[in-house]
Amino acid sequence: MNLTLKIWRQKNAKAKGGFVTYKMENVSPAMSFLEMLDALNEKLAKENRDPVAFDHDCREGICGSCGMYINGHPHGPVPAITTCHLPMRYFSDGDTIRVEPWRAKAFPVVKDLIVDRSAFDKIQCEGGFISLDTGSAPDAGSIPVRKRDADTSFDAAICIGCGACVAACKNASAMLFVSARISQYALLPQGRTEARERAGAMVAGMDEAGFGSCSNTGACEAECPKEIKLTNIARLNREYYKAY
Amino acid sequence: MNKILFSSVSMKFVMALAGIFLLLFLPVHLAINLMLLKNDPEPFNSAAAFMSSFPVIKVIEVVLFAALLIHLFYGIYLQIKNLLARPVRYAVNTRTKVSFFSKFMIWTGLSILIFLVLHFFNFYFIKLGLVPGNPEDFYSHAHALFKIPAYNYIYLGCFILLGLHLFHAFSSAFQTLGLNHRIWTPVVKVLARIWAIGIPAGFALISLTLWVSR
Repeated sequence: MNLTLKIWRQKNAKAKGGFVTYKMENVSPAMSFLEMLDALNEKLAKENRDPVAFDHDCREGICGSCGMYINGHPHGPVPAITTCHLPMRYFSDGDTIRVEPWRAKAFPVVKDLIVDRSAFDKIQCEGGFISLDTGSAPDAGSIPVRKRDADTSFDAAICIGCGACVAACKNASAMLFVSARISQYALLPQGRTEARERAGAMVAGMDEAGFGSCSNTGACEAECPKEIKLTNIARLNREYYKAY
Repeated sequence: MNKILFSSVSMKFVMALAGIFLLLFLPVHLAINLMLLKNDPEPFNSAAAFMSSFPVIKVIEVVLFAALLIHLFYGIYLQIKNLLARPVRYAVNTRTKVSFFSKFMIWTGLSILIFLVLHFFNFYFIKLGLVPGNPEDFYSHAHALFKIPAYNYIYLGCFILLGLHLFHAFSSAFQTLGLNHRIWTPVVKVLARIWAIGIPAGFALISLTLWVSR
């Protein structure tokens, strides 16, 4: 495949960025999107040009590092996968692909396609945990958990914190991410003890970071690579009201 | 305390409560307006007089205005905050498939506000004595207004916009209040469609009937 890439290039957080056009020839449809960018970077390096900076780590769709806005979709046009899993066969020969970083006040651009997502870490530190004494692990099954609750909690816990929900939301809201964290703990007996403090603190952290509010449009759910459900946001709301 | 009262979740909660109150008022208003279709002005004028004199209704009227103002100001405030949350827009417009009506809530809401201002001038301010007119005979006044084509165009246009607003607002309010249930949420979504189509259709029916029968 021959492709035209229009990639957002920005030297640093303060520099003014812009799109730069690159022609890619003989792109294999079997490549992932990141592998295609690797090939581009190899080409740029050979030409002594600055490679495109982008975040990546596991390349297995589980770490949440990669993430870019491809042709109007976070993680590209294929639902329920991360950028590292996006195969090039979903594009056609001759396509023009526009690649931008996540856009949100709380996710400032560091360089090119890399954004600073530490706002998520700060929200997590506000209450996305359970306080337990260290020691040996308790016996599995010593605290009974209803099967449906365990499954729903697990479905929320698979959120990888990539930020696609923020990128997709017209308000740059982090409600889906925060709601997944709150649901993960609120549904389990171990997490209930601190449920009230957690909801209040994490919502305060989210507002402080400069994320927008939820308009219930469902864009976050539609673009989430882990298919985190909007029902978690309703649960976040319930937990927050219970907290006060 | 301010952090709790003015958190994004709390503000949406208050907005949703105010919105539900406004949603519940609409069928009451429609039921009274349907009396305009009768040839006898008495039922409509009596209902209008009752609504402006019964003490309980007077209290509800205050709550209704408060709900309207809160819904309006919180809506605008959150919209501004939401715009500030993304200072640099995307070069490529989003292609994410979402509910069509949910994207334009602020615009449909503000259009309804323009209509409400017109509506207040035509009816409510007459009742308060701020605008000349006979508050004893709103029936004739309404009939006269519906004979003006431009008024009907505005009226019908605004009720289409109200329908679009309600389409998303109804179920969205339940989600904001944390009321999501695997059995009841689909029921709420059906109710939302009935509300969003039925209420504006009822008001439009009155406008069209009176306009055509001139």
